[in-house]
Amino acid sequence: MLFNLNALITLELLLPITLTFVFIAIYALLGVYAERKIAAFIQDRVGPDEVGYKGTLQTFADILKLLQKEIIVPDSADKILFWLAPILIFASVFAGFAVLPFMHSEYYVNINLALLWVMTIVSIDVIGIIMAGWASNNKYSLYGSMRAVSQMIAYEIPLGFAILGVAVIYGTLNINQIITMQSIEGYTWGLWNTKNYGGFFLWSIFQHPHLLLIFLIFFTAGIAECNRAPFDIPEAESELIAGFHIEYSGFAFATIMLAEYANMLIISLLSVIMFFGGWNSPLPNLGNFFLYHWTNGGLFWSSFWLLTKSFLLIFIMMWIRWSWPRFRADQLLQFSWKVLLPASLTLVIFSVLWKLWLHP
Amino acid sequence: MKNYFEQYLQNPCLNYNLAPFSKRMQEYYGAFIMIAIGLGLALILSNLQNILIRKRFTERKVMPYESGMDPVGTARDRFSIKFYLIAMLFILFDIEIIFMYPWAVQYKQLGIFGFIEMFSFVLILFVGYIYVVKKGGLDWN
Repeated sequence: MLFNLNALITLELLLPITLTFVFIAIYALLGVYAERKIAAFIQDRVGPDEVGYKGTLQTFADILKLLQKEIIVPDSADKILFWLAPILIFASVFAGFAVLPFMHSEYYVNINLALLWVMTIVSIDVIGIIMAGWASNNKYSLYGSMRAVSQMIAYEIPLGFAILGVAVIYGTLNINQIITMQSIEGYTWGLWNTKNYGGFFLWSIFQHPHLLLIFLIFFTAGIAECNRAPFDIPEAESELIAGFHIEYSGFAFATIMLAEYANMLIISLLSVIMFFGGWNSPLPNLGNFFLYHWTNGGLFWSSFWLLTKSFLLIFIMMWIRWSWPRFRADQLLQFSWKVLLPASLTLVIFSVLWKLWLHP
Repeated sequence: MKNYFEQYLQNPCLNYNLAPFSKRMQEYYGAFIMIAIGLGLALILSNLQNILIRKRFTERKVMPYESGMDPVGTARDRFSIKFYLIAMLFILFDIEIIFMYPWAVQYKQLGIFGFIEMFSFVLILFVGYIYVVKKGGLDWN
């Protein structure tokens, strides 16, 4: 028998899933608040200020408001697809978290194809988006979903090439091994032996210089995958109102937003894992102050550094969103196909050369 | 509970590649349960109001919201061919990427042979890419 249910349905398996969901929910609640406060700061406003101390309870109030709404299904909508779309969008993004570690050697699922798993399972939400857009029978949501899908599939190719460049360097797709390698290898840019210093010198972007460019491509494509500004043409509030999820209300809408914030977290966690040393401490050893060894290892420090780094990247995503105007649809697609694709392919080839000859 | 992959990591005497399919799939069980629970959670979340909140139907409410205007015609209309072209190109390139993943993982062992093989493959594909660009397949206007 393929499934031995007695052995599987244990606390050991159910607890991490529950914790992951609670974590994503809390992160999304705080993330929405942080985004509104950052937007307000950048635009020289006050932002949410009424509910709770300095508006900290604003998102909880919003959730309560959403809970009171009824779910309106348009008369002309395709009922089954309309009902299925948010479920598919959320479940595909949530399944991506199965292989992502939150702390050292504490894995929920440890598989060899972890990076490939994340990429494939998270890209299923494209199907959910086109289902949502088509089922709504609303012109805005159809345009939004068509734009979203063409954008997301276009930016998936540079994303795939970026992961490929890292896979060539480390020779594995296992997240555990990739992060461990970033605490073992110690030749910064193949020139200096920095093993004793530790810290940020061991990050893969400092070990292999071209990975910095690959990171920029990965991050740009990742922002586009999340449909965030400046790549938010699918959701352009001022033109398409909200794109593919215009007809959704109540918690069906909240589910889609939760999936979007979870998607941001996946992109930033993957960036941290592949380029910024994962759960390893960024502080280097200085003389007799062995900061790297003091602040490394253990459950607290591992999860602390992993989450701090990824929240910093999410902050940068929010910063970008409120700093740049959005691209036009044609610019957006041409940027992916004519700039990012050749650039990432060239970097993969450089990565191959670097692995074979240049790096010691 | 340790899955077969973790047992293999601790005990190199086990031959991972010759293990039966069901043993090698053990490491994915948790991920499959994650998918199932994710579907269940989303089902509960997005249907919470259907149970909790009483529905009141009005004619205006079930109309598609198109900026407050009465919708003209249906939204299920024909769409620009450009989108289909982009989707086809995506499939070509995505299959190429999937081909390259096993090669990337085994690259250190394959060495110069693997490099030449994959370089010629990418070169042929790149010629095709240049053809598409020159033909204007990626132009939007």
